[in-house]
Amino acid sequence: MTMALIEVEGLRKDFTVTRKTGVLRRARAVVHAVDGLTFSVERGEIVGYIGPNGAGKSTTVKMLTGILVPTAGRISVGGLVPTDRRTELARRIGVLFGQRVQLWWDLPLIESFELLRHMYRVGADRYRENLATFRELLELDPFLGTPVRQLSLGQRVRGELTAAMLHDPEILFLDEPTIGLDIVAKQRVREFLLRANREHGVTVLLTTHDLADIERLARRILIIDHGRLIYDGELEALKRRFGPRRVLVVDLVEPAPPLRVDGGEVVRTDGPRQWIAFDGDRITAAALIAAVTAVAAVRDLTLEEPEIESVVREIYAGRARPEAGPIRGS
Amino acid sequence: MGDLREGAALYLRITAARIRAQLQYRASFALETVGMFFVTFLDFVVILIIFANVPALAGWSRAEVALLYAISALCFAFTDLVVGQLDWLSEWVRNGTFDGMLVRPRGTLFQVISSDFQIRRVGKIVQGLLVLVYALVVLDIQWTPARALMLAAAIPVGTVIFISIWVLTISIVFWTVDGREAANAFTYGGSFLAQFPINLYDRWLRRFLGYVVPIAFVAYFPSLYILDKPDPLGLPSILQFAAPVVAVVTAIAAGLVWRVAVRHYQSAGG
Repeated sequence: MTMALIEVEGLRKDFTVTRKTGVLRRARAVVHAVDGLTFSVERGEIVGYIGPNGAGKSTTVKMLTGILVPTAGRISVGGLVPTDRRTELARRIGVLFGQRVQLWWDLPLIESFELLRHMYRVGADRYRENLATFRELLELDPFLGTPVRQLSLGQRVRGELTAAMLHDPEILFLDEPTIGLDIVAKQRVREFLLRANREHGVTVLLTTHDLADIERLARRILIIDHGRLIYDGELEALKRRFGPRRVLVVDLVEPAPPLRVDGGEVVRTDGPRQWIAFDGDRITAAALIAAVTAVAAVRDLTLEEPEIESVVREIYAGRARPEAGPIRGS
Repeated sequence: MGDLREGAALYLRITAARIRAQLQYRASFALETVGMFFVTFLDFVVILIIFANVPALAGWSRAEVALLYAISALCFAFTDLVVGQLDWLSEWVRNGTFDGMLVRPRGTLFQVISSDFQIRRVGKIVQGLLVLVYALVVLDIQWTPARALMLAAAIPVGTVIFISIWVLTISIVFWTVDGREAANAFTYGGSFLAQFPINLYDRWLRRFLGYVVPIAFVAYFPSLYILDKPDPLGLPSILQFAAPVVAVVTAIAAGLVWRVAVRHYQSAGG
């Protein structure tokens, strides 16, 4: 049996928290930050790892990258047990924490890259080639000579991303890579990641609060809550399964009372505009449109697809929580 | 061996880059270096003030104490230059900088030490050198090759002892991030105590400085040998040659404790 690139089985991490309950009294409590995770990631996948704050996302990433030792369970990343083979693993992975500075604070960006090249023992030719590519794709040239502490957030993240990839990692772990970036910078980072994945087969695991990252990048998502996996599957399947109903927005020629059509239900009206919700599994959009035009004169139509945000909000709210085990998307 | 050489080359490369960056601001570099010089010079002023009032301190003349002070101050100045950034460790553990070091393909201690070299700390070395020159000029030392060698060896050996003590004690921040103050009591406190002859101290403190935190081996024993001075404590003279062994033992202990501490951090979580 061939092993997946990342394999996680029964992974658990407990933290002991000490709380002050009196002048000298301390209460100790054990928190299960990660509680029995099992999943695997194949080479070349881009996987979005999402969940509310404190769900255990960062803790998982820290265990996968060798920063934390699991309390129980088994991890294999590229065939290695992360904390046992930390430095060996470090050469094969790239890690970006969007909210932390990993570059040398007072050195010009280009000097940081030079030092990382030696730290990772990247050959001179490969380094030159990689740096040229990143300079072009991430437009680093205007600030290559600027000390890191003087960079804007967007520039810094582009620098950190380069630093995380100079040694051609097989796997990228990205913790909130686009946090705080403006739309243009986000776009640039996303395109860069897609290209790395497409052209070099880099496997990406990213945690994010920005669901647009997920929609643009990941086909597969893992959703974690209270340390447990509650969804593992394709994004589209998730939308189909848990998404709120789709909505057909019709602009009528003239205002009218809520239309009555089979398979659809008017959920809102505003002058001549009506919002008709329908279940995509029971009636196709085309059939619904035909039914609507049969009963009223229509000027314009638009179809609102379920947004990942609302899907995830509903899952967090508990509507979609399974009784046992994660939901496997098709 | 190749690894060691490559690590040293990388250390020099990182340090050179940092020095270049710091020298860009010449005025602030100059001011800070002079500041460092005077702050440490105050320690020696204290000794001068004491000797303005007493002719000898526990059997040691002013010039003899100056030699002892200079050895100790130089060892600590080099220690501070190399590992002074360990003072930042608790901050780096708190804000996650240390996590970043765990995902890079080098030892964590190497990364902590190489991450923040501050060239202004040479101000302390200059101060120690000046006091050493003063002591050597005033003292009438009967130089032999062995005594010269003792002086030359005392600085690197004492530096290794101080560095090891620093690494050993700062490891506590992996258990409690507030542990820095406690660690400083040993490092800065230890270096202060090493500036005076240990026979000045009470019996329990002497034992502590001999066996627990081996400060006595930094300057006290080497000074006795260089000055050809009978030990006021009457301790076996073999101890005057024991510093290298003490340095090796504390260095090994420091390396082991650091390893255990990082492993603890990795299982407890930061």
